[in-house]
Amino acid sequence: MENVAVATLPHLSAQHARAKFGMWVFLASEVMFFTGFFGAYIVLRSANPTVFEQDFSVLSVPLAAVNTLFLIASSLTMALAVFNAQHGDRERVGNFLMATIMLGCGFMVIKTIEYGTKFSHNIFPSTSVPYALYFTLTGFHGLHVFAGILALLVLWGRAQAKAAATDMGSACELVGLYWHLVDLIWIFLFPLIYLLKFP
Amino acid sequence: MTTEAHAPPAEAHGGHEEDHIHPEPTSWFTKYVWTYDHKTIGKQYLFTAFFFALIGGMLAMLIRWQLAYPGQPVPVFGSLLQAMFFFGEDGSITPEGYNQMVTMHGTIMIFFVIIPIIVGAFGNFLIPLHVGARDVAFPFLNALSYWLFVPAGLIIFASFFVDKGAAAAGWTSYPPLSDIAAAAPGSGLGQVCWLIALFFLGFSSIVGGLNFLTTIITMRAPGMTMWRLPLVTWAQFVTSIFQALATPVLASALCLQLVDHLFNASLFLPSGLHITGADIPVGNSGGGAALMWQHIFWFYSHPAVYILILPGMGLASDLISTFSRKPIFGYKVMVVSMCGIIGLGFIVWGHHMFVSGMNPSVGMAFMVSTMLIALPSGVKVFNWLATLWGGNIRYTAPMLNALSFLSMFIIGGLSGIFMAATPVDIFIHDTYYVVAHFHYVVFGGTVFAVFGGIYFWAPKMFGRMLNERWAKIHWALTFVGFNGVFFPMHILGEGGHMRRIANPVFYDFLQPLQPINVFITWCAFLLGASQLIFLVNFFYSIFWGPKADPNPWESNTLEWTTPSPIPYYNYERIPTVYHGPYEYSTGAGNGRGDWLPQNEPGAGGGGAAAH
Repeated sequence: MENVAVATLPHLSAQHARAKFGMWVFLASEVMFFTGFFGAYIVLRSANPTVFEQDFSVLSVPLAAVNTLFLIASSLTMALAVFNAQHGDRERVGNFLMATIMLGCGFMVIKTIEYGTKFSHNIFPSTSVPYALYFTLTGFHGLHVFAGILALLVLWGRAQAKAAATDMGSACELVGLYWHLVDLIWIFLFPLIYLLKFP
Repeated sequence: MTTEAHAPPAEAHGGHEEDHIHPEPTSWFTKYVWTYDHKTIGKQYLFTAFFFALIGGMLAMLIRWQLAYPGQPVPVFGSLLQAMFFFGEDGSITPEGYNQMVTMHGTIMIFFVIIPIIVGAFGNFLIPLHVGARDVAFPFLNALSYWLFVPAGLIIFASFFVDKGAAAAGWTSYPPLSDIAAAAPGSGLGQVCWLIALFFLGFSSIVGGLNFLTTIITMRAPGMTMWRLPLVTWAQFVTSIFQALATPVLASALCLQLVDHLFNASLFLPSGLHITGADIPVGNSGGGAALMWQHIFWFYSHPAVYILILPGMGLASDLISTFSRKPIFGYKVMVVSMCGIIGLGFIVWGHHMFVSGMNPSVGMAFMVSTMLIALPSGVKVFNWLATLWGGNIRYTAPMLNALSFLSMFIIGGLSGIFMAATPVDIFIHDTYYVVAHFHYVVFGGTVFAVFGGIYFWAPKMFGRMLNERWAKIHWALTFVGFNGVFFPMHILGEGGHMRRIANPVFYDFLQPLQPINVFITWCAFLLGASQLIFLVNFFYSIFWGPKADPNPWESNTLEWTTPSPIPYYNYERIPTVYHGPYEYSTGAGNGRGDWLPQNEPGAGGGGAAAH
């Protein structure tokens, strides 16, 4: 039996290396996906600087700042979950995953409040180009956060179901990579949409 | 050849763990529908693409009818489909219908025929075999990739039936025409279907690309270094980079236009837009940039041109080397030139926009970078010619198609250099010269390579030989028909014949050119009809053709060391690779013939035997 265990370990690590490589390629394609959006932002904003400044001044910086804190904190809890998964501490993995999920949900709740406020002030994608871009960029980022929360929930379920430690370490790392990218995209979106002003 | 080529293989990462063979699926559903087997997925792509090729081909025939006999009722179809789809009450093609046909012909042929065959079918079938693996790196994602392609196909097919018909703004979907429902009949629901279908297709493409990249990087058999990969697989590798990095940019463009359609936004709609006879839909604010679509779209779609042609180059390289019975000339340079093509391919998209309104110095940069692509392309052409030089050429059906690829690609490539020059492009932009050019590359290049590839690998895919005599007749008729259709289009283009007009005789200056249009149309009917020979030959032979030997073409790559058809998990034992894939006529054939399979050490080489 011992021989079998030894023989299966490199199999897992080879599959893990493959999965990790695939995930990095996927993240590169995600970066290119948002590059299209950022390109549109650059083109449109440089064509209508005053309209953008005026329209974006309505957006709530405090809410977005809280959201930024949420996502940065969630990146920390995610990294701690990966660390514990790789060291086989299943209980702490579950706790840190749950913390990441809660922070992600907090982000989505605040985003929903933000959108609701905009709608109640009759601000829609059809209102103006800056708002169309605001809803598109934050909307697609929100979809990515949502997908991340779903993946984290699956992981958390597996942690509760006492999945094998090596299995958890690999899966946690992959989801973690994705989660960090989603966080990173927000780190770009926050200044570009909420903070940037040309004096 | 050299001692280095026969060096014993380095111990590779693969090792013993790859020897685990999964059980063959037993139920009909897991064998033919939701299958993880890369070979079956490749065939799924192939047959789906055949189906769409019939639709795209029928559209082409209708387009040609309209251009030769504008406004006359279409025989058979016109009376069957009166007042449906593109047809008016009298069975003739309406101008709006013509726009929809042109749009859907381009969209279907590029996204639902060529890419699925050249990448989906050949990539899936060949990559794991060529690297010496049992399957791709992520079999689940591979199945997912096909089943994302299917809904895309269903949506684009359904878009013919939606209110006001399919998308009609050209396969490039330039706004504002594509962006406002009132601008054209197909720019409402039809365009939304088009956007969603392409989004699904892009997703499928990205998933496929990352799968192939991972497979080629991490799953190579012991001894299979990157420099021992067949050029087909190198081409798929390079193409996969395009797919993984350029397709998401198309996805973002599609999303932006979808936001315009679904939420009445104006990302691509400038202010002060006015449509004659219709008001701009209420709620559009204006302030967007129509030109931005062209930049984002072509940032993907120019690389997409290389997604179409590079795997074709790979297929042709293998066929030309095999049937010249010579090692490919300049193997490493072939690889480097493909990498050069992708490097440049990412920075030349602006040459589609020379007349769109662009700073002349930017146009200059795009012109120079585009012309630079002629260098790696020229290197490849001369390497193919040098491979043929002095070879013991076997004129089989696959070889005839590969040679047609080579000669047609030269014509298409040269007319490409004409258009890369901004001053020339301003003259021939949006004329039939452009149509001639890209059909020479995509049909004359890729489709001939695809036919060659199908004739070459069908024995391995289905275990039966296609009929060689009918394959040659099909090739000859296709070659004649193809040149009869597309060569005169150069002349039409020089004469100023616009690219997307439904009625050429409407213009006085085009009336003298009308006999050419009639000639082209009859050649097109010949071309279309001769594809039936292929279909009959293909479907008859894969069921009732003569059983194929394991290696009917005396080829070197790893897939020919397996039985035909290939067993479920490809290789009973993971092969060990001793040298590159093109060791023909090197005198190291182990006394059997002039070829040396990759898994056999050469006569003069060291290393353990493969079995």
